[in-house]
Amino acid sequence: MKKNCVVIGASHAGVSLAFYLRKEGWEDNIILFDSDPELPYHRPPLSKAYLTSSDDIQKIRLRSAESYKAENIELRLGVTVKKIDRANKSIVLTDNSRQNYDKLVIASGARPIIPPISGIETAKNIFPIRTAANITDIRNALSFSKTKKVVIIGGGYIGLETAASLKKLGASVTVLEREKRILARVTAPEMSNYFQELHSKNNVEVLTAKNVISISYKNNQNIISCEDNTQYNADIIIVGVGIYVNKELAEDASIICNNGISVDETTKTNDSNIYAIGDCSFHYNPHYNRHIRLESVQNAIDQAKVAAASICDKETEYNTVPWFWSDQYDVKLQMVGLSQGYNQIVLRKESGEGTYGDSFSVWYFNDDTLLAVDAVNNAKAYVIGTKFIKTNQKVNREKLADSETILKPVNLID
Amino acid sequence: MAKITFITSDDEKITLEGTSGSVMALAVENNVKGIDGDCGGVCSCATCHVHVAAEDIQKTGEASEIELDMLELDDNTNEYSRLCCQLEITDALDGIVLQVAK
Repeated sequence: MKKNCVVIGASHAGVSLAFYLRKEGWEDNIILFDSDPELPYHRPPLSKAYLTSSDDIQKIRLRSAESYKAENIELRLGVTVKKIDRANKSIVLTDNSRQNYDKLVIASGARPIIPPISGIETAKNIFPIRTAANITDIRNALSFSKTKKVVIIGGGYIGLETAASLKKLGASVTVLEREKRILARVTAPEMSNYFQELHSKNNVEVLTAKNVISISYKNNQNIISCEDNTQYNADIIIVGVGIYVNKELAEDASIICNNGISVDETTKTNDSNIYAIGDCSFHYNPHYNRHIRLESVQNAIDQAKVAAASICDKETEYNTVPWFWSDQYDVKLQMVGLSQGYNQIVLRKESGEGTYGDSFSVWYFNDDTLLAVDAVNNAKAYVIGTKFIKTNQKVNREKLADSETILKPVNLID
Repeated sequence: MAKITFITSDDEKITLEGTSGSVMALAVENNVKGIDGDCGGVCSCATCHVHVAAEDIQKTGEASEIELDMLELDDNTNEYSRLCCQLEITDALDGIVLQVAK
């Protein structure tokens, strides 16, 4: 009889896993479940090119329907899993039917936080950014809106990318960030300042220290009130304040969880037949010597590769330096490494006028150790940073900071 | 329509036909080994590195500055290197041969 590899979640991690399983030689069944009825798609374009274009979703499919058939990968879309029954090695669906597994992979990802703001449940045209359906709703709402006034709650990457995209679509956009600076959780103040100026130059109002406390709906308008007694009107509200990890299925099945589902270096949970990969996995990163959870495509794919190899009994171990990217207006931001714990930064301007010019990079150090690099329109800095971090290369910070030093690895080391 | 041949690191030869989109997307759709296209084709990851056959280099044209910088992530880069997410399929690419980088 054929074995079943069952996957909860058919987004980047789950779908990649399925195809890597075939590459690794898994000849038995692969069955993916996801509550999203859409054929799986790339999520990064949702806040970027997919929002601004009138592209059909076909353009951002992870794979075509034929491609799953060709590899004999079964997709059960629009189907929600409600329980993992470890004793019987099966999962239970909302209609109480069951699916047995030999190997189970949890790739359940995360869901947007809708903060408990007074009146939020009666607000009109309020959307998170997580699914293709969210984007269709936003496009529709915007086309029916006369004033095209949008308030975005949250000045993180999702909020800022969406602000840039909606501006491109002709909306009047205000971003309300609770912290004293945007991107506070993930970047140095220099990066926050740069993006604050960038949005201001593009006529997007980015306001900080704005704690939204209530939303009311009057005269066909949402009125958003902040703790400092200011108010903002909006036809459309976008909520981008972070995510909750979808770990409840695992927790209910007594799988060990922390800030995510805890896994070892082969992405296995404390149940040797159950794996967790992607946004939902709380894993050890050898390079930074600590347990982390990452929300990124790269991590979804890397962990899918590791899980596929492990399920096929091949020796494998997760060991990567995280990287991320963000596109806003015509600015390309590339990030490598984890900056948390830095005690010094080096700002390196490559070209152009002003503090930042049109191409620059921020290098995060803990004493002598390079932790991370954020590169704006500067792929060279990103690439060199990646190589240095991977090899624990010591960097001469004076030379690095000097724009006159040509950006080449050999020029930056002693 | 363009016929594009990929030669993988195991010397498997795969010829695919495409009409539009990027060469990376065509390779991913058909499970060409070694082409991952992790970033979805926005020149951010360098996981779709190929070496264009010397006689085809005229057809593909030259890499942009950012593509050249990104190619530096890979140690096996040479003058025939391209990130194939940046190669748009047109009739002009018909017949090209791409060696998937190791």
